[in-house]
Amino acid sequence: MDDRERPGEVRDRPVTTTDAPHSARPQAPHSPPARAAQPKRLTWRMRLRRDRTLLIMTVPAVVLLLVFNYAPLVGLVTAFQYYDPLTGIWNSEWAGLGQFQQLFQDAQFWGSLQNTLYLSFVQLILFFPVPIALALLLNTVISERIRNVIQSVVYLPHFFSWVLAITIFQQMLGGAGVLNQFLRSHDIGAWNIMTDPDTFALLVTSQAVWKEAGWGIIVFLAALSAINTELYEAAAADGAGRWRRTWHITLPGLRGVIMLMLVLRLGNALTVGFEQFLIQRDAVGHETADVLDTFSFYYGIATGNYGYGAAAGLFKSVISLLLIWGANRLAHAFGEDGLYRK
Amino acid sequence: MTNVFPIGRKPTPATSTARGASKATRAPWEEPPTVVGRAAKVLTLTAVVGTVLVPLWIIVVTSFSTPGAINRAGGLVLWPDGLTMRAYREMLGEPTVRTALLVSLAITVIGTAVSMVVSVLCAYGLSRSGSFGHRAVLWLLIVTMFVSGGLIPTFLVVTGLGGYGQFWALILPSSVSVFNILVLRSFYSQTSSELIDAARADGAGDWRILWSVVLPTSRAVTAVITLFYAVGYWNSFFNVMLYMPTESEKWPLQYVLLTYVNRGIGLPGQTNGGFGETHAQTAPLSLQMAVVVLTLVPLLVVYPFVQKHFRTGVLTGAIKG
Repeated sequence: MDDRERPGEVRDRPVTTTDAPHSARPQAPHSPPARAAQPKRLTWRMRLRRDRTLLIMTVPAVVLLLVFNYAPLVGLVTAFQYYDPLTGIWNSEWAGLGQFQQLFQDAQFWGSLQNTLYLSFVQLILFFPVPIALALLLNTVISERIRNVIQSVVYLPHFFSWVLAITIFQQMLGGAGVLNQFLRSHDIGAWNIMTDPDTFALLVTSQAVWKEAGWGIIVFLAALSAINTELYEAAAADGAGRWRRTWHITLPGLRGVIMLMLVLRLGNALTVGFEQFLIQRDAVGHETADVLDTFSFYYGIATGNYGYGAAAGLFKSVISLLLIWGANRLAHAFGEDGLYRK
Repeated sequence: MTNVFPIGRKPTPATSTARGASKATRAPWEEPPTVVGRAAKVLTLTAVVGTVLVPLWIIVVTSFSTPGAINRAGGLVLWPDGLTMRAYREMLGEPTVRTALLVSLAITVIGTAVSMVVSVLCAYGLSRSGSFGHRAVLWLLIVTMFVSGGLIPTFLVVTGLGGYGQFWALILPSSVSVFNILVLRSFYSQTSSELIDAARADGAGDWRILWSVVLPTSRAVTAVITLFYAVGYWNSFFNVMLYMPTESEKWPLQYVLLTYVNRGIGLPGQTNGGFGETHAQTAPLSLQMAVVVLTLVPLLVVYPFVQKHFRTGVLTGAIKG
């Protein structure tokens, strides 16, 4: 093998692990040569020529992202306009911060923000611990087959659409559902949970638990299986009982993952779900069911007040970014990885 | 293995899947569980599994029940009593449900194909570390995970491109999942470089390597990501709400489910207030449940094949780009 790179020659190129971009070893961009026989650094032109196929492969995805993810970023200026679809984004009248002023005086907006935070809090308390507890429980099941069966069953609802999940809830707990059949046949007054605003937070949280908690197990199970069993053995030899072992080995082993999930959850504090609320909004009334996302949708699209809805959406995005950043800083302060290693 | 019990007792063959054959044993240092603890564990796990399976069971049974059986049960049926296929025959005889099923299938098949082609290509294109410009493209992808224009600007872009009422508006705006690309990429970059270098020495180009080397060695993750995309398209209904005028011939199944089953509104284009109301032969309820089952069937058919690979697909440290 000679080590000369012949630009433009695709076939029978010398195969070295150092100049080809095909080595699986991560390389820092300016890493020193790994071998003495390292050829001179390729010029960017040569590298471009060598890797053009790889770049061409990324083009479709990049184009789609540019059109549907980056172009809407330009559309965010509508939050500062009195946007009118007829005159278009370039000619609409500027509002400055007018939309935001109006927004902050809107009782409905504050109501939806309040709902969002409240629901987020309820989810944090009632939803977040469930997958962890389930994973711990499942981890103690010895039979592999039983574990697999349980896992496949609890993962399933994650793949249901919200329409389907809510339909199932409706059929079980709704006015004509199984629960009320039972109540009526035992002469207890019927109770329609699905339309009761007082218990709405509990209802949507239990829906979320039913649908997503099983899926949430995966991450924790993986972390559990990474814990070294010798630790348990050593602890048992030292006379630590089952609970002591859980407390001193299992939970510390999960700490990193739990922190990561917590960071993500806090970062998404203003995102409690969208379709779920959209579907149930009419049944319980918008005072209870409106969250920031549905507010933005209803006042932006349904009423054609685009600038107003965009302003609400932008408000949410900015706060969310700040929250993610803050939660991540907090995780690092606690000496955890958070979203990335420091 | 020698048979230590030559008389009478046959050793169980190792391949038998009899209960206990594959039973893992407790580690020697672990204390045996208490009766109470064991009972609590069994009860809890049974309840967890039950909350998923029991509703599905009730729905399936009700969809196969005769009106008489439903009346006797006073609503949804817990135990098969009088069974009939009539609800399904009637449902598939309905033009609305039939077209919705076709629309849903079309969205799912075409959308998944588009998404997979785009994602696999992009993931492979970014998977060779040290290739020219891959870092920049990677950043371009990752930024979209944290910053998005949000609902309204996206809506304006799609409608601005003339997407209102168009089939592509249901597919393209959500066709690229950066998360899925990162998962695929982290797998592709684990493909052994010896294999790839060998293929390259044999004169294979990147297209050929992707098709004949990388894809065959990462079937599991490809299957999982395909399922993720397919389920996303099958379940999508909000895009329809945004971009489709209220014409029933363009509704997917989820939308029929929402309007007809959830809200109890009769299907459009029907006289006398929706189907099922005037049919004495079929209870409206079993017809509704049949629609629910119809939305479940494709999922339940595919699910068992892909389910065992989930852990690989979900846990790849995709974030560690």
